[in-house]
Amino acid sequence: MQSDFIYAHKVSPQKQGARLPNKKERRATKTIYPLFLTLLIFFLTSLTACRSQQVPGEGDDTTSSSTQTIENKGSDTLVNIALAWAEVYMEENPDMRISVTGGGSGTGIAALINGTVNIANASRAMKAEEVEAAEENGITPVEHVVARDAIAVVVHPSNPVEGLTLQQISDIYTQKITNWRQVGGEDRPIVPLSRQSNSGTYVYFLENVVRLGNKDSDLLFAPDTLLMPSSEGISAEIRQNPNAIGYDGLGYVTDDQKVIAVAADKGEPYVLPSIETVNAGTYPIARPLFMYTAGEPTGDIKVYLDWILNEGQVEVSRLGFVPLK
Amino acid sequence: MNPPDKTQRNWSTFFIEALIRLLGFSSIGFVLLIFLFLLQEGIPAFFQVPLGNLLSELWYPTFDLYGILPLLLGSLLITLTAILIAVPLSVGTAVLVREAAPPWVREVLKPMIEALAGIPSVVLGFLGMTLVAPIVQKLGAPTGLTAFTGALILAYMSMPTIISVAEDALDTVPKSYRDAGLSMGATKWQTIWRVVVPAARSGIVTAVMLGLGRAIGETMAVMMVTGNAARMPLSLDSLFRPARTMTATIAAEMGEVAHGSIHYHMLFGIGLILFTLTFIINLIAASTIFKKRKKGGLR
Repeated sequence: MQSDFIYAHKVSPQKQGARLPNKKERRATKTIYPLFLTLLIFFLTSLTACRSQQVPGEGDDTTSSSTQTIENKGSDTLVNIALAWAEVYMEENPDMRISVTGGGSGTGIAALINGTVNIANASRAMKAEEVEAAEENGITPVEHVVARDAIAVVVHPSNPVEGLTLQQISDIYTQKITNWRQVGGEDRPIVPLSRQSNSGTYVYFLENVVRLGNKDSDLLFAPDTLLMPSSEGISAEIRQNPNAIGYDGLGYVTDDQKVIAVAADKGEPYVLPSIETVNAGTYPIARPLFMYTAGEPTGDIKVYLDWILNEGQVEVSRLGFVPLK
Repeated sequence: MNPPDKTQRNWSTFFIEALIRLLGFSSIGFVLLIFLFLLQEGIPAFFQVPLGNLLSELWYPTFDLYGILPLLLGSLLITLTAILIAVPLSVGTAVLVREAAPPWVREVLKPMIEALAGIPSVVLGFLGMTLVAPIVQKLGAPTGLTAFTGALILAYMSMPTIISVAEDALDTVPKSYRDAGLSMGATKWQTIWRVVVPAARSGIVTAVMLGLGRAIGETMAVMMVTGNAARMPLSLDSLFRPARTMTATIAAEMGEVAHGSIHYHMLFGIGLILFTLTFIINLIAASTIFKKRKKGGLR
């Protein structure tokens, strides 16, 4: 649109000058004519080419069942594990094709509702209205817990604060606490970072940390909270900003961020997140990760899910998440 | 040049002219269709969401709080600041390229400026995140991801548009103006700032408007550097606090919404507001072009 305007502007001085004779215009049309004709022919042939290609394509889908494709989409928290599972599984079973995409839990669940994926990854349970929407489309979502995840609270390595209670973290994210001094740190403003609202991590953190698991609470992230479009956005800001505090899946925490020990309440022990503390149930911010299928899984999808729940758990611990057993 | 059969030529001329006309009008048709689609998807939002909610200061779509004011004001703050930064730089560059620079400098500068326009916004967003944000934070902001960072990146992005349109505007100022200025004893500098630039004023206004339209619609770079906090930018320090724009909101949230939900309609409603804003801006830009034409131009 912008280039159109520039173009129009450039042309206008000529138009205002001597009006070009009609003959010249016609000559210009004449030279364009063959060009148009070739374009038209090209366009028509490509159309017919498309149509003729479609026929064998359709045949392929129905006749050859040698390679099966599983569409797998959703949670960005789960995407790395899902990719690792898919890669290892496809290596062991060359007939299988598993395509994995991220986009957020909401995106994956929406795709399951619309029937465009076989498995939706989610880092939160489906909401009641999402289940309703799925059932309206004739799909009964079935939930499978495939791994566990702990959410780590991270700060800049230079931040002297070692541990926070859930209440303090909640106060920080609702801006009741706005300076690190109030929780035993330096005299610096606190910059709270969050994931975008389409992230399952956002919803989980809001319900279980900001609202402290209280269903009647209507606390929200303060409007000043920075909503970062990605996990990488959070870690980049944590790395360079000594004022920042953020949260993210344990699997995404790199060595250049400082992990805060969290206590469930005042007087309780401060616990750092690790596979042991999550499995022991002592780290307070941990959650299950889900895969949803449309109806009870059958055939290849069932085999794949069974594999994930057993052999696949090796990959979970390798990526810094918490395996089921 | 004359073909043997005159009627055949007339037919082909007719055919080609009709085709070109059709293609020309089709762009109007597409804009209309897009507008109708936006209306169809966006209008329900303004009926489903009560006005008090709509004009509140809270944008929490997950909890049915659809206050668009922080987004609207965030967009305006960032865009206007960007234009304030970009206009002096761009007009200065345009004057340098068109009036002051020796030909070889112009030959180098022009393609470079055009190349600026071709840099993908994600790349600029990444540069903003890793290079500009830390500098802004050193200025004293609690975080580098602020409205000001976004405005800097947007200023950079709208500059090529403003420069090339302003340059064309300067180009339409006839040589006789410059000769008259110089012959009155004015220096080259005085001629440029007192005669040539004022004469090209309406073209420069057009340039600014087009730059504004470019800036307000930008999404990716803004989403990466502004921090996306939906706060009301009313306090004095708002420029150095995070902000959230309408475009970033649509981009960040569209992937999540269930088709047909209030949130879905609301995002289209925001799209409608954006469309209306850019439409008005472009209309102002176009009207200055038309006005100049009616007067017979400046030459």
